[in-house]
Parts: sequence; C-alpha cells; structure tokens
Amino acid sequence: MKKALAAVISIAIFIVLSYFFLTGSAPIDYLKGGNYTDPITGEQYNHSVPQQYVEDTKNDTGASNVVTAIVVEYRGFDTLGEVTVLFTAATGLALLLDELKRRTLPVVDPNFILKSAVKVVLPFIILVGAYIFIHGHLTPGGGFPGGAVIAAGFLLMILVHTTRGLPERKLSITESLAGISYVLIGLLGLVFANEFLQNYLPLGNFTMLFSAGIIPLIYIAIGFKVGSELGGIMHNLKGVHEE
Amino acid sequence: MIPELLQPVFVISAALLSIGLYGVMSKRNMLKIIISLGLVDTGVNVLIVAMGYLPGGTAPIENGNYALYVDPVPQALVLTAIVIGVSVMALALAVAMGYYRKTGTLELDKEGVMKW
Repeated sequence: MKKALAAVISIAIFIVLSYFFLTGSAPIDYLKGGNYTDPITGEQYNHSVPQQYVEDTKNDTGASNVVTAIVVEYRGFDTLGEVTVLFTAATGLALLLDELKRRTLPVVDPNFILKSAVKVVLPFIILVGAYIFIHGHLTPGGGFPGGAVIAAGFLLMILVHTTRGLPERKLSITESLAGISYVLIGLLGLVFANEFLQNYLPLGNFTMLFSAGIIPLIYIAIGFKVGSELGGIMHNLKGVHEE
Repeated sequence: MIPELLQPVFVISAALLSIGLYGVMSKRNMLKIIISLGLVDTGVNVLIVAMGYLPGGTAPIENGNYALYVDPVPQALVLTAIVIGVSVMALALAVAMGYYRKTGTLELDKEGVMKW
C-alpha cells in the first residue's frame, strides 16, 4: 500500500519536474552578460561572473583549465573547506567503526586471476592517477579525480591482501602531511602576496606543465590527500583488525 | 525554449531524482536507502551541469585559440558537490554497519523504527 503510494508520488514528481524543466526558459546565455551596478562604488559592469572567469583566467592564473582555476585559485578557500569536510567524514567514520573493527570477519581467499592481474595493473593505475592530478591545470581532471583513481588502486590492494589490509599508519601520515602542505602553501601566500591562498609563484608558459603558479602544487597535495583518505575509508569499512 | 540537446538530459535528471525519491520512500533496507540518496545526488548534479550548457560550446579549457566555452561555474560547484556526496555516503555506510552489528539486520522496521 505504502509502496504504491510512494510510486504514485514519485511518478507525479517526475512528471512535474520534467514539465518544468522542458517548458521553462532556456539557461541564460552567460555571454550576454548582466548589467550590474555596484551599490557601493557606483561602478557599471556588463560582465557576468562566468564571462569574467573565462576571459580573465589566462592572465590571472595562467591555468588553461578554467574549472581548475575557479576551484583552486578563485575559490581556493572553499576547496580547503571541502577537503576539511572529507577529512571530518573520514574521522567520523573511523570513530563510528572503531569498536566494530576489533571483530574479525571471515576471510575469503582471493582467486588467482585477481592476484596476478593486480600485480600488473596496480602500478599503471597509480601512474594514471598521478598524471591526472599533476596535469590538473591543463587537462580535465585534477586532485579529486586523480585521488579517486589512486584510491581505486588501493581497493584492488584491499581485495588481494585480505588478511593484511593497507598500511593504515602510513596512509594517515601521508594524509596529514598533504593537508598541512595545502595550508602552508596558503599561508605562504599570506606572506608573499598579502592574501591567503593567493598565487605568489611566476605564472610560467601558458599550456605548459610548469605554469599556473601554485595551482599544480595545491592539486598535488589534494591528490595525495584524497587518495590516502579514500584508501583509509575503504580500509576502515573493510572491518578486519590486524592481529 | 530549451535547446534540443538538453531535453533528454533534463528528463534523465528528473528520472534519477524521482527514482531516488521512490527508493527513499518505499524501501526499508538501509543499503537501498543509501543507494537511493546517491541517485538523488547524481540527478541534481546532472541538472546543474546541464544548466551551464551553451549551444556550440566546448569544454572550458583554453588552448590558445579562442572558442566558445560552456559555463565553467556549475562544473566547479558540482566538483565540490560530488566530493561532499562521497563523504556523506561513506558516513551513512558506517552508520548502517553499526546498526547491523547492533541489531543483526539492515531492515529499518524490525526494531520498531518506522519511516513514515
């Protein structure tokens, strides 16, 4: 009875949402700009926010990937908060599962194909992940996807080493160091450029690997942090205690 | 009028949202509820990214030649939202594991816990 009610409600929601999505006005073309008068200074702007980002990214940050420039440079403080949320979630998860971890789960021996395949594939997975986060300012990707790819490699390690698990201590040390270096890079911006997380390194050659100032450094730190953090989360969810 | 290319994307987003809502409302297994919440998450993200689309636009990665780029701001916001979604899901899974160890079941109404 309740299932039928839920089905009716969700179908109704589907129809209403589709109706509004399909008959509503088109997404606003950001290139048309918005006329905006600053209420304090009285200055006139005819730029919308995305247009400003797209046009100024090259000169402001030197990064060719506009999304990366927004995430790491223009809204770097927001990203620091995001990393903190991930850290808090991982800590809360470890706290919740702390007492459960002491019980050992029945262990299934991994099969031979998985064992031998992981030996071949794992280095390449780590390599691809590192490539993604090192080239975050040039190509699609960045610290978060790269870290997630590396964490997928950790998942394979967990599946193979069923009794041993991951080196939890090393993971947490890596994660703390990466987080500290992110904050330190930001604080150095306070020293050299008067603002937290402001760029203070030379912008370099546009579209080259060594460009965009502190963006690659921050994304490398984020890549390490996300990779080790997600690895730690999976290790905790596995729930086997090292005897 | 909505661009031709966007219409199926919006319908997919609405479908994901309502499938997720159906799962949250009707299922009693905690894992299924968590998966449904993930579906809602994905539906919202698809919608936000689709709203930044510009007809004829390419990915906002500059390579020297000027081209028309899609709106980069929704993509940056969704990048944040995906990471937060993963954190929330991991925490929810930990709560589900704790519940299973305490009660021996993942069904929510077994221990007098009613959903609605």
